Amino acid sequence: MSIDLSVNIGALKLKNPVLLASGTVGYGNEIAQFTDLSKLGGIVTKSLSLKPRKGNPPQRIVETPSGMLNAIGLANVGVEVFIKEKIPFLKELNTTLICNIAASTIEEYVECVNILKGEETIKAFEINVSCPNVKEGGLEFGNDINAVGRITEKVRAATNKPIIIKLSPNVSRISDFAKTVKQNGGDAVSAINTLVGTSFDINTRRPKIKNVTGGLSGPAIKPIALAKVLEIKRNVDIPIIGIGGIMNWKDAVEFMIVGASAIQLGTVNFINPNAGVEILQGLEEYCRKNSIEKLSSLTGSYQI
Amino acid sequence: MYIEKAKVESIEKINEQTFLLKLFSPSIASSAKPGQFCNVKVSERTDPLLRRPFSICNVEGESIYFLFDIHGEGTKLLSHKKFEDEIEILGPLGKGFVYDGSYETAVIVAGGLGTAPFPFLINRLSKDKKVAAFVGARSKNLVLQHGLKNISVATDDGSVGFHGTVVDLLKKEISSIAKNKFRIFGCGPNPMMKALQKYAMENNFDCQISVEAAMACGFGICQGCPIEASDGESYLLVCKDGPVFDAKKVKI
Repeated sequence: MSIDLSVNIGALKLKNPVLLASGTVGYGNEIAQFTDLSKLGGIVTKSLSLKPRKGNPPQRIVETPSGMLNAIGLANVGVEVFIKEKIPFLKELNTTLICNIAASTIEEYVECVNILKGEETIKAFEINVSCPNVKEGGLEFGNDINAVGRITEKVRAATNKPIIIKLSPNVSRISDFAKTVKQNGGDAVSAINTLVGTSFDINTRRPKIKNVTGGLSGPAIKPIALAKVLEIKRNVDIPIIGIGGIMNWKDAVEFMIVGASAIQLGTVNFINPNAGVEILQGLEEYCRKNSIEKLSSLTGSYQI
Repeated sequence: MYIEKAKVESIEKINEQTFLLKLFSPSIASSAKPGQFCNVKVSERTDPLLRRPFSICNVEGESIYFLFDIHGEGTKLLSHKKFEDEIEILGPLGKGFVYDGSYETAVIVAGGLGTAPFPFLINRLSKDKKVAAFVGARSKNLVLQHGLKNISVATDDGSVGFHGTVVDLLKKEISSIAKNKFRIFGCGPNPMMKALQKYAMENNFDCQISVEAAMACGFGICQGCPIEASDGESYLLVCKDGPVFDAKKVKI
């Protein structure tokens, strides 16, 4: 039986639902030494900002029970260097490239999209409104439903390419944010970004990461992420890319059942850089065993 | 770089807290360079979640060695590994020591477990080079001499050798070494590396230091292990640009 693994995220067609998450694959070159990226549905680049960002001082990461906290501070090369130095490699990868953008003003989001939209290799934009580790101009876009609406609207007006808004879980009702994205013309949402957390050294009484708080990721957040995806699925008709602590194909199936059309792998890439390919094989096997002809039929197939 | 399932060939306790682990790892053994490291998966569970980075202590045929202390949950699990257990290791990673050149003496300055990368370095040095190893530890029972030669010891409590830091010992002995052209290779806790770097730079010594940092992936994708470049303009990554740096290139 040949299984159809392809999925659609609005207008974005992917050969399969396995994507690698922003901030966990850099610009593709390092992880390509360990895995065949051409087999995957796509990769989402490290958040790009208009100008290069140095990122936060060390210590940036700390391990926690079944998870980790990070406060990288959006270290990135900036859009210009990205086009000049990173696109040529990414072009040859034969996988769908989604470009993640972070900014500190609405205008900056639009400017980034305007600079990047002419690049044919970029098939969609993922807009990071929810980095928990960078606060500029007193704005935390991810918590501000009006700002998320405005960013979606302005970026929508700037490009015809699919727009995915990456949502923060650090809000009381994530589905309201997804609704705003839909109303303002966004094609899809990614859920979830990391949860704000911290960790202290009991001897020095100091925070273990310099930024004091960081974003929690890894298997520790999976139940929360699943609940957020389910909440969006039950309340808003918009494609969802599920993210949060996926370690293996069973986790991926679980996300699809609660409503994800595709999934992103994050922290697992740090431990097993070939996880994407292995999860894809697991998904195919699961379909075969359960006589599922189209993997996309799993999406939202929960029985409640 | 490889992800290799390596079988434990031996695991030996060499002092009250340090273990020497020997693994059959032909791909990594044939490609590793002194000063490089591997990121080791200590368990199949999700807690502890991350791999643990260890310097490659030595290479012998198709086997590699790691030296490690029990430091937390991860290293405790590693210490429980038995003959023929499989351990998944990723490596070799990072940039190692630059050890060719016209100097005559390789001056090794190591603190605590910082001796780990040097047996491999000594093995690969050309035969005409002399070695002078300075080893520091808190006290006598923690001094590591495995795989080193021509060793001078310093202890914080004076229980053996020089009473003081290993960098102070180096300062005391430098006149006898400086008769010949030398290069310093340092590895140890960051405060010690900072002291060594300061001393080397003040005297314009040729010096390479191996630094440590918390890290997740070990090959550049998580961006978790920054170290500031000496110009203060940018961060380098310990995993990918290091762990060995020219002492002039970074701020510790």
